[in-house]
Amino acid sequence: MIRFLGQRLFEALAVLFLMSFAIYGLIGLMPGDPIDLMINADPKLTPDDAARLKALYGLDRPIIERYWNWLGAALGGDLSYSRVYTKPVMEILVPRLGNTALLLGVSLLISLAIAIPLGVYAALKPYSKVDYAVNMFCFAGISVPPFWLALLLILCFAVVLGWLPAGGMLTVGDGGALDRLQYMILPVLTLTIHSVGGFTRFMRASMMETLRQDYVRTARAKGLSETRVVTGHALRNALTPLVTVVALSFGGLFSGALITETMFGWRGMGKTIFDAIMGNDFNLALVGLLLATGFTLLGNFFADLCYAWLDPRVTLSENRDT
Amino acid sequence: MNTAAPISQSIGARTWRRFLRHKLAVTSLFVLALLISMSAAAPLVEAWLGVDAFTADLYQRLQGPSLAHPLGTDEIGRDHLTRLLYGGRVSLLVGLIAALFAAVIGTIVGILAGYFGGRLDALLMRATDSVIALPLLPLLIVLAAVDLRKLGFPAEVADSEDASLYRIIIIVSVVGWTTVARLVRAATLSMKRREFVRAAIALGARTDRILLTHILPNVVSPIVVATTLSIGNIILFESVLSFLGLGIQPPVASWGNMLSNAQDLIWTAPELATWPGLFIFVTVIAFNFLGDGLQDALDPRAGD
Repeated sequence: MIRFLGQRLFEALAVLFLMSFAIYGLIGLMPGDPIDLMINADPKLTPDDAARLKALYGLDRPIIERYWNWLGAALGGDLSYSRVYTKPVMEILVPRLGNTALLLGVSLLISLAIAIPLGVYAALKPYSKVDYAVNMFCFAGISVPPFWLALLLILCFAVVLGWLPAGGMLTVGDGGALDRLQYMILPVLTLTIHSVGGFTRFMRASMMETLRQDYVRTARAKGLSETRVVTGHALRNALTPLVTVVALSFGGLFSGALITETMFGWRGMGKTIFDAIMGNDFNLALVGLLLATGFTLLGNFFADLCYAWLDPRVTLSENRDT
Repeated sequence: MNTAAPISQSIGARTWRRFLRHKLAVTSLFVLALLISMSAAAPLVEAWLGVDAFTADLYQRLQGPSLAHPLGTDEIGRDHLTRLLYGGRVSLLVGLIAALFAAVIGTIVGILAGYFGGRLDALLMRATDSVIALPLLPLLIVLAAVDLRKLGFPAEVADSEDASLYRIIIIVSVVGWTTVARLVRAATLSMKRREFVRAAIALGARTDRILLTHILPNVVSPIVVATTLSIGNIILFESVLSFLGLGIQPPVASWGNMLSNAQDLIWTAPELATWPGLFIFVTVIAFNFLGDGLQDALDPRAGD
């Protein structure tokens, strides 16, 4: 058990290390590096000057060496400054991490609150009209482009009906809890519709699989009521794999958050990373991406932890035949 | 395969009959055929309506539906319907080609992992899991923002229209292969234990021959299902990147980049936001239903 988790933690760190190198390398390949920006800002700059500046900042050295220096500084706690905000990157990212966590947390809770009962109900009445409707709804949620969904919601609730704000996080001069809540509704709705379909389909499949198990048949044979069988015996076991699916979905949820935050002007991690990439704010983009990757990997590790804890059969994941 | 099946009926016919029972999948196939043929006929529609999908006409901006422009015109006066059809060519082409590439990568990874097992399997599957779990969109945005000139491509190549097309195909293939890899690995694992494969090994057949002539033809079903299901995902990724201005570059139309200006114009021209998104939505859901139907039809355990 300890060995299993230790191995998983080691793997997660290895992936994070590889990703940090890949992202560091790719960011350097984007247009508008610091020297490009200086050339643009100063028309008198000659190619010789540019070369000297490159040498001064160490940009002429091989990528491995530059990465190694950056990694040393980063591990020592120096994550450098944001070019656009002229503040240490962590000072910008920490509050935005909170905003994203709020958005994702609320929509994840709502998604699960819808997906679990819906999936269970569909599994209890397979191939019925309700099951069919739930299935349609799930496919629609999975297939809708999230940015278009956001556009439609803005169109419906902000432009036509005028009930809710089209974007932002609070009304200037107000900013109370109710006011903030209004600004959260549409982004949360977008994310929820986007993620609920996958969870519901998974819940249905997991529940149907559980209902075929011998212990469910035994419970029925003992004469327990259907409610007891479903809630007492089947549901608990059907929920176990859902934990893994939720924790593995953090990466996808974060991708959804990037679009949603950008569409609704929500100042979270996703929008910050996107704006930083577009605005050549390399340090901010780099650290933001690594934080997002790190948290996703943490989510996966957490999934393994939960799974090992909930399912006593799991020992070492050597031969998973699925 | 299933020896209990009546001899008079081929596996193909049985599969086809099971597929026809899945009404949503049949409808989807029809819708997709219609979308593909209409997109292919885009130049004909353009000529027939007497419009030009790529010439701006500022006197004709944001017109409502009319005989010449059945869906009206966009913010710089181009015909909306023909642009949607041209956009469909690009979006569908990118989706299909990228899904094909992704299927090749996924099949190779899945067969190698499933057949050889052990450390190679562990490594490949952990890599697959990692790709599934990563926050892909921000990483794709970085990939899409990379300046090709800094990779040593000449400026005319890096800035050409084709480059943005090839680049987006490569980028979305990088993320689309995981479903195929997992399903092919599972199918390969079960094939590996079958008698005919073990007989081939016992007869001393070379490994490449076993993989190509014994394993590969028998894992075609999962490849087809997973590829169909990934086309939808791939089209979604393409549309998001194009929408954000990082995929297909204007003036080439794609359903994603046609929506780029829609948010700014949503107060003045809300109808511009509806059509391209609806086309993406219908295409993606149709591919998903089709994949679902194929899965049911090709499942060897399912009854008649």
